[in-house]
Amino acid sequence: MHRYIPVTETDKATMLDRIGKSSIDELFVAIPESIRLQTDLNIPEGISEPELIKIMKVCADENISTEDLCCFLGAGCYDHYIPATIKHLVSRSEFLTAYTPYQPEISQGTLQAIFEYQSNICNLTGLAYSNASLYDVATATGEAAFIAADATRRKKILVSRAVDPQIRAVLRTMLVNASIETEEIALIDFATDGLNCSAKSNDGVAAIIVQSPNFFGTIEEMKAFSEIAKANKALFIAIVDPISLAILPTPAEYGADIAVGNAQPLGNPMNFGGPHIGFIAVTEKHLRRLPGRIVGQTVDREGRRCYVLTLQAREQHIRREKATSNICSNQALCALTATIYLSLVGADGLQEVARQCTNKSYYAREQLLATESFNAVRQPVFFREFVLAAKSGATKVNELLMNCGILGGYDLSADYPEYRDHLLFCVTEKRSKQEIDRLCQVLS
Amino acid sequence: MKFPNGYSYSKDHEWVKVVGDYAYIGISDFAQHSLGEIVFVDLPEVDTEFSAGDTFGAVESVKAASDLYMPIGGKVLEINEALSAEPGLLNTDSYENWIVKIEMTDRAEVDALLEPIQYEQFVNTGK
Amino acid sequence: MHYDKLIFELSATGKSGYAIPKCDVRDIVLTKLAKTLRNSPLMLPCVSEAECVRHFTNLSTQNHNVDSGFYPLGSCTMKYNPRVNEDVAMLNGFSMLHPLQPANSCQGILRLLYELQCCLAEITGMDAVTLAPAAGAHGEYTGLLIIKKYHEQRKDNNRRKIIVPDSAHGTNPASAAVAGFDVVVIKSTPDGGVDLDELKAALSDEVAGLMLTNPSTLGLFEEKILEIAALVHAAGGLLYYDGANMNAIMGKTRPGDMGFDVIHLNLHKTFSAPHGGGGPGSGPVGVKSFLTDYLPLPQLIKTEDEYYEFIVDLPQSIGRIKNFYGNVAVLIKAYAYILTLGAAGLREASEIAVLNANYLKELLRNDYQLAVNKECMHEVVFAGLADKNSGVTTLDVAKRLIDYGYHPPTIYFPMIVEQAMMFEPTETESKTALDEFAAAMLKIAREAKETPEIFKNAPYTAPVSRPDEVAAARKPVLKYSGA
Repeated sequence: MHRYIPVTETDKATMLDRIGKSSIDELFVAIPESIRLQTDLNIPEGISEPELIKIMKVCADENISTEDLCCFLGAGCYDHYIPATIKHLVSRSEFLTAYTPYQPEISQGTLQAIFEYQSNICNLTGLAYSNASLYDVATATGEAAFIAADATRRKKILVSRAVDPQIRAVLRTMLVNASIETEEIALIDFATDGLNCSAKSNDGVAAIIVQSPNFFGTIEEMKAFSEIAKANKALFIAIVDPISLAILPTPAEYGADIAVGNAQPLGNPMNFGGPHIGFIAVTEKHLRRLPGRIVGQTVDREGRRCYVLTLQAREQHIRREKATSNICSNQALCALTATIYLSLVGADGLQEVARQCTNKSYYAREQLLATESFNAVRQPVFFREFVLAAKSGATKVNELLMNCGILGGYDLSADYPEYRDHLLFCVTEKRSKQEIDRLCQVLS
Repeated sequence: MKFPNGYSYSKDHEWVKVVGDYAYIGISDFAQHSLGEIVFVDLPEVDTEFSAGDTFGAVESVKAASDLYMPIGGKVLEINEALSAEPGLLNTDSYENWIVKIEMTDRAEVDALLEPIQYEQFVNTGK
Repeated sequence: MHYDKLIFELSATGKSGYAIPKCDVRDIVLTKLAKTLRNSPLMLPCVSEAECVRHFTNLSTQNHNVDSGFYPLGSCTMKYNPRVNEDVAMLNGFSMLHPLQPANSCQGILRLLYELQCCLAEITGMDAVTLAPAAGAHGEYTGLLIIKKYHEQRKDNNRRKIIVPDSAHGTNPASAAVAGFDVVVIKSTPDGGVDLDELKAALSDEVAGLMLTNPSTLGLFEEKILEIAALVHAAGGLLYYDGANMNAIMGKTRPGDMGFDVIHLNLHKTFSAPHGGGGPGSGPVGVKSFLTDYLPLPQLIKTEDEYYEFIVDLPQSIGRIKNFYGNVAVLIKAYAYILTLGAAGLREASEIAVLNANYLKELLRNDYQLAVNKECMHEVVFAGLADKNSGVTTLDVAKRLIDYGYHPPTIYFPMIVEQAMMFEPTETESKTALDEFAAAMLKIAREAKETPEIFKNAPYTAPVSRPDEVAAARKPVLKYSGA
């Protein structure tokens, strides 16, 4: 009997007797004989807990993580400081081992936490409504494009080439299968080309998608793109970073209709790429088109304030093939993490994180240029990430850094052939002056 | 369950009431009753043109959603804005509270709809 | 006790629960960044660390959860979530890895993920597995795109329809629609199986595939599965397996052997990863060998010299479906679970899951109306109380169960059963737990006869009772907007 299973041989006999069967196999007779497995699965014999820990530890130790590497890599996944309390709160059984809050009476913990998450996302973005979260920023961008296509009844999306290449790739997959066309807006100096955007915009365009800070870290002229969208009665979809929103204008301020973003930087570990969390917020007009779970406030039969899953008639379990999306989950635990992070950090703390990311990335860029190992590129304003051209080649720089315990920048050449040997460096608040100086010293 | 006279009914549980050159469209008492407390009415835009059988909106309760189908073709002249603020009006009286007012494409389409007595029979027997 | 303070109501300017080292490089004037900076007030809560911990701890106590009590929510497989799996997933050597690190610095995690792919392929009888999808519905979507691509590559461009039985999970038709298919719904037989005549009538050269859950949503094994597979394949369609109910059949039979071409699994159900209050999950997709070229990007492979790496140069792939590669922390937990149970343990898990469901069925069958009188698999569906005269509904029974300390079953699903209540006890419940639960259910059935009036206001013991969902939907309040 396995340690996770509490049914003894005596229990089995009693239970089978009550059911009126003589063996457990009799319960499986509905499975046609020809497809019943006759042998064990080809999977090793089960193991004890100490054995498991040993195996997993060996596996973990075969990796060199950012615990030991000094991380200057971002490109969609960020090494911010995670307060210790988060792990303890998020690991509580009551949050961890609950299901989707279908029964509000015994799910107020999850429901209220999501309500607080939604409140924070609305405040960060300035927009009216947020859902309970989506898988990640890439799928959130796809869902935003669906909202735009539905709202405008148009079948074309313009997306900047300065949007994260992985987001664009997921967007292509989602849109091509929904018979929606995508067209890319050209780059100019690591930013979105406004003239090219204007030229491609017309009354067939459902939405314009621009990211700021964009994939290269450049802060875009969001207001200008928003105005191009408005002029063509298209929606403006802003992909934003939640930490930068502590200091940069909100999507609402520059007239975005939909904002999406990656909330991983808000206290979620990098986890080799997942689970992360995507957020989505919309103006009032698009509430009924929002995909996924939404929590709303109400009162119970005694007038007590409480929370429920609401506007469910949009969703797959009711609307089935006519639902706004097929999603039937949210990244609840990651949303909880983001909510706790924002509660701990507060307004001042988030501004401090954003300020330090700015100061340190500007300092790093200046110091890296001083090593004379890089050529500068034109990138007047950036947040947390910036691009430099490596004189000795991107691969060589990164190998050298790795040998010195430094995780170097992201090599842009695979996604942007025109940027051969260009590296995208990321400097968060976690990096100290000493670490940045060491990075430069290695490259001098 | 109410099946008032003066209305023509579709098997999708909408009604049509012709007044002069125009027609009002709404949902039957049976429809509002099956849905339960209505929480949202999705209204079309004025000037949109529909053929008979087209989806022109939707009504939602907490646990169900139902598309609205045009019983006859026409162009939307007016929508009942009051339903946006108070969707429960459809529960209060689904005949008094119309959903759209239209200009009919072809008046003869009304003749193909069910009389109250036929509709009542359809609701009760499914035939 | 009902703790109902919002974190925003604890907030006071000046408080903070966070400190990082002072900035040790010089200040950049922020207005350098943009012509204008953020204008709107940043209204994040300002609380001390202790207040924050107390707030979220108090909030958590309002939740029912697997660790505190029985959670027989059908179709959701609320089994015990082993704690050691949480520990290993949180090892810094995993959680602090950047997804874009060079492959030679993360061979350990890549090998783990590759081995998990192999295990899942073996358990399901498929030839290749992608771990990329983030959830079950995301897996369905991925699988359907693979089916679409397969037909496209064969220039079989008329196949725009996906057949879905009316007993299916709502995600099936929704995923098919998002994947760009037209959905054809076929009626099920009264016992929730596929109606072969309906299926035959629906099949044509326009059909891309059939989506099926087996065991069905009524908890019954589809006995005609081989015939169904033959019919669909003969019509040129493919068979999609919704793995929501995989917990019934591990080590007993395999979707691949039943004739399914594409499958997804829910690692947060069958493979014990915790549900986390609604996510994150993980929905790996498995395919037969003729479909491997269409798997999403990136694919994780093992080279001849035992080196693990991602490849993206796969022109026939459906493309990317998510950032990076899968919900890795969830994948690690599932892998730990498989290693811990081993082949025999996995089989035992399914056997006991099925035994428990059948035992619970026997305990309840006199007082609740069985939807189908047959041996069930891992879950059992009732059509409400046996006594239909009390006026007590399935919702009432569900709410009353809360007063007895239990999470209600899944209710009003599958839709083809009136007053449906679907119980899935899972293998991690003891006989005693089931006996006690059944005693509560029988007591409720007695209350329905004797004191039906008590149901309307149940539950009485929960922090809140019968929230007004109509008001919530009519006038949505979705965020805190100040006192």
